[in-house]
Formats: sequence, C-alpha cells, structure tokens
Amino acid sequence: MKRLFPILSVITAILLAYALYAALVVAPTERTMGDVQRIFYYHVPSAWTAFLLFFINFIASIQYLVSRKASAKTAAKWIVLAIGAVGTIACFLPRVQQLFPAGMRPSAVATTVLLIPIFYFLIGWLFPEEKLDVLAVTTAEVGVVFCTIVLVTGPLWARPVWGIWWAVGDLRLTSTLVLWLIYVSYLVLRGFSNSAQTQMLAAALAVFGALDVPLVFLSIWFFRTQHPSPVIGGGGSLDPRMGQVLLINWLAFSCFAFLVCWSRFRLELLHREVEEAHAMESLAGAGVAAKASLPLGRSSR
Amino acid sequence: MNALWAVTLATLVKDIRLEWRSKDALNSMLFFSLLVVVIFVFSFDPLAEESRHIVGGLVWVAFLFAAVVALNQTWARELRNQVLDAYRVSPAPANALFLAKALGNFIFVSVLEALMTPLFVIFYNLRVLGPAWQLIPIAVLGTWALVVNGTFFAAMSLRTRSREIMLPLLLFPISIPAVLGMVAGTTAILTGEDSAHFYIVLLLTYDVVFTTACLTLFGMILHAE
Amino acid sequence: MNAIKFLFAAYIATWVIHGAYLASLVRRFGKLRQQLREVGKK
Repeated sequence: MKRLFPILSVITAILLAYALYAALVVAPTERTMGDVQRIFYYHVPSAWTAFLLFFINFIASIQYLVSRKASAKTAAKWIVLAIGAVGTIACFLPRVQQLFPAGMRPSAVATTVLLIPIFYFLIGWLFPEEKLDVLAVTTAEVGVVFCTIVLVTGPLWARPVWGIWWAVGDLRLTSTLVLWLIYVSYLVLRGFSNSAQTQMLAAALAVFGALDVPLVFLSIWFFRTQHPSPVIGGGGSLDPRMGQVLLINWLAFSCFAFLVCWSRFRLELLHREVEEAHAMESLAGAGVAAKASLPLGRSSR
Repeated sequence: MNALWAVTLATLVKDIRLEWRSKDALNSMLFFSLLVVVIFVFSFDPLAEESRHIVGGLVWVAFLFAAVVALNQTWARELRNQVLDAYRVSPAPANALFLAKALGNFIFVSVLEALMTPLFVIFYNLRVLGPAWQLIPIAVLGTWALVVNGTFFAAMSLRTRSREIMLPLLLFPISIPAVLGMVAGTTAILTGEDSAHFYIVLLLTYDVVFTTACLTLFGMILHAE
Repeated sequence: MNAIKFLFAAYIATWVIHGAYLASLVRRFGKLRQQLREVGKK
C-alpha cells in the first residue's frame, strides 16, 4: 500500500505529460473555434471528475445517515436496488425514450442509472461506518477544486468564442456554479464547527444539495441555453482523434484526482488522530488534576 | 397522527402568542424590509415600463433578507432556559415541533409580505399586465419554499459557531432554484409576456421535495449528539 | 491569432489551482505532524 502511492504518482505524472502533449499537438485544430477549442481537453475531464466526486459525496452521506439505524439501512438498500432496476427498465420503454434529448442513446442512460446501485454497494463495502464521513469530506473538498477549474476555464473558453465571459441563461455553466456554491457552503459548515454533530449535519446538507441539483437544472433549462450543443453523446460529430485525446486527458485527470483524494483522505485520518490524542491528553491532565485535588493524594505522599 | 397535530397546534399557538406580546421578530423584520425598500428606491429610479422587469427581483430579494432576520430568531427563543433540551427528552414527535416552527415563520413572513407589497406598488407605480391572481400561488409557494428550508437550516446552524451568519450561507445556495422560480414567475406575470405556469409547477415540486426531506431528516438533526 | 492566449491562460490557471491546493495539503500535513509530535512529547 505504501509503495503503491509513489508508483501511481509516477504513472500519473507520465500520463498527465502525455495528455498535455496530446491536447496541444496531437489533437487536430477545430475548424470554427480554432486553437481555443483545446481548452475543452481540460475543461470537460475536470467537469466529469468534479461531478463524479460530488456523486460519491452524496452516496457516502446517505450511507452515513442510514448507518445509524438498521431499519433505515435496509430500507435504503431496497430503495437503491429499486431505483437501479426501475430506471434501467424505464430507459427501454418508448414512452420514456421520447423524453430524452435528441441523440442520447437509451443504453448510455441505462448504464448511468445502473451506476447508482453499483456505487452505493461498492462504497458501503469499501468504507466502514466511520470512514464514510472521511470520504465525504475528501470528495467534497477535491470536488470543489475541480469544479473551480471548470468555472475558470469555462469563461476563458466562452470569451473568445462567444465574445462574452458568462451567459446567465446558460444551463451547464450556471448549474455548475450553483453546484459549486452548494459544496462551498458544505465546506463552510464543516469549517465552522467540528464537533461530532457536524458530521450528521453535513451529511444532511449533502442530501439537500443533491436534491437541489435536478431542480436547479430544471429551472435554468427553462431559460434558453447558449452553450454549444452537447458534443459528447449529443449526436454532434466529434473527430475520433479528438475523442481519443479527450479520453487520455480524462484518464490522466482521474488518476490525478484519485491521488489527491488519497492524500486528502490520509490527511483527514491524521487530523482525527491528532484530535483524539489531544482529547486523551486533556483527559489524562484532568485525571492528574483530580487526583492532586483529592485529600488522599496528599496523605499518600 | 392526531397527537402530531395537537402538539403542532399547541407549539404554534405558543409561538404566535409570544410573538404577539414581544413583537421582536415582526418589528425587526418589518423595519428591515422597509429599509431595503427605501434603499432600492434610491438606487433604482426606473420608468414604469422598466420597473415591471426589475421589481420581481427587488421584491423577492427584500423578502429573502427579511425572512432570514425572522428565521434566525426562530430557535434562539428555545435556547434560553434550555427549552430545546426539554423538547428533546419529551415524547412529543420531533416533526410536530418542526411543522409548528415552519408554519409560524410562514405566518410571520406572509404578514410581512402583505404589508410590504403595497409599498412596492406605490414606489414603483406598478400595474400588473398579466393574470394578477397567479401572484398568489407564487407568493404562497415561494414563501413556503424559503421558510421550510430556512427553519431546517436555522436548526442546523444552532450547532455551529456564529450561527447568525451561517444561516444565509447554508440557505441561499439551496434556495437558488426557488428564488429563480419566484423572481421569473413574478416578472412573467407583471409584464404579461410569458406564462407563469412552469414556475408555479417548479415551486410546487420544490416545496414537495424539500418538505419531505425536512420532515425525514429533522428528527436526526434535533437529536444529533 | 489572439485567442491563443486564452488557451494558455486556461491551462496555466488549471495548474495554478491544482498547485495551490496541493501546497495547502502539504502545509496541513506538516502542521498536523508537528502537533502529533508535540502531543507525543508531553
């Protein structure tokens, strides 16, 4: 385990260097947008990573909330299984398929839906109860970092292409901003109090935030969107070479995010260890003080 | 079920009576939103035509800030003399307490809105061009959306340092879709250019989702130790 | 092509943000290690 980290770091560094080379040199220049389009190879993988991390945070928070009660745990298990089963079947019903945006393949949606139970059980299996909260902090913080990158590179792309930094009516940029705000408030809540209750409060807030995301999306969707039409899975024609470069960048950034999460996870464990040591110390100090104040303490001397 | 409503009603009546005697929350809220209105009047001096496009936003921003003033005082009252601890050990259902607090806040904020709306109408020379009755469902659903989450997050921020700042930090990001629905819906009705049906449905969905979430999780928040 | 500077700005910004976060992680690790040592000494 100890040796895995440096090995993985070296692999990630090589991957990132190659991904940079691929994004700047190998990938063909886009016809209408020119070289600016190459921001895409950083913007999109960062967005995917951030969303994945927030999704893991949501699942870890739910697992943490239900872990207190055996009945809630069982109920959550069956609900997740039901969501997976019903969602997958629903994707292949013609009535439901009409609701999908044009060009979105039902098999792709079904796979995404199936990921919910898979992630749920994987996280429950890999992380015992007290580690779930550590996982939630880790993913929220690293997710905010990646989300910040999405929000910085987005306007830098929009400015030369659309001539404006920001389009308020734009669906994806604005909902990403709201998501970022929700998770920053999550981190603020964690920063403001660090008692044992905070873990519960933060988990509840994460659930609220996750419930909010579809509503945010829906509300902004009603405004006209100014984003270039979805390139991924949206029926748009992506040059296969561009797809490969995107995939390499995504792989490199995923490895990088994994390493950062790993470090943050260990930092949180160390933090709790230090807190525990402090608590033990003050407990021992109190014990000594109590002994000294007892009349027996003097007589025994 | 009956016990739930009995406790809810008792707590609600108690809160209203307390508020009626002290008028702490209501007075501070009223004066605060009056100040916001006056500042807005100085900052924006639009023509009648323009004002229809911006008043929706101004009204709801003023109410949002005023609601935070009221929400911050919701639980502060129960902290004195350890009333909240008494609630915690009592067999009364936690959700009854939550419902009573949320309904109480709903009443306070509604009173505030009823008193403040005429001021906006006077200052900005408003005349509604769309179907005016639709403003009522938007106001009711929008206020409930603010208040239900606000009550929940106020209970949450009780456990943190500097809780008065904490509440808006937690509440505003989550409320963005609701605020967007209220503002855009009100603007659509005032200008009469669009239909507000979508926004009413959006607010209704928001209310249903978050009321359910609050009622599910409130027990955990109250008893979190 | 003037737009190329936006490309460089985006790539540099990405790594500046990552670098800043990694630096904060390193700093926090160092602080905690020191605290742990102090607690152990007493």
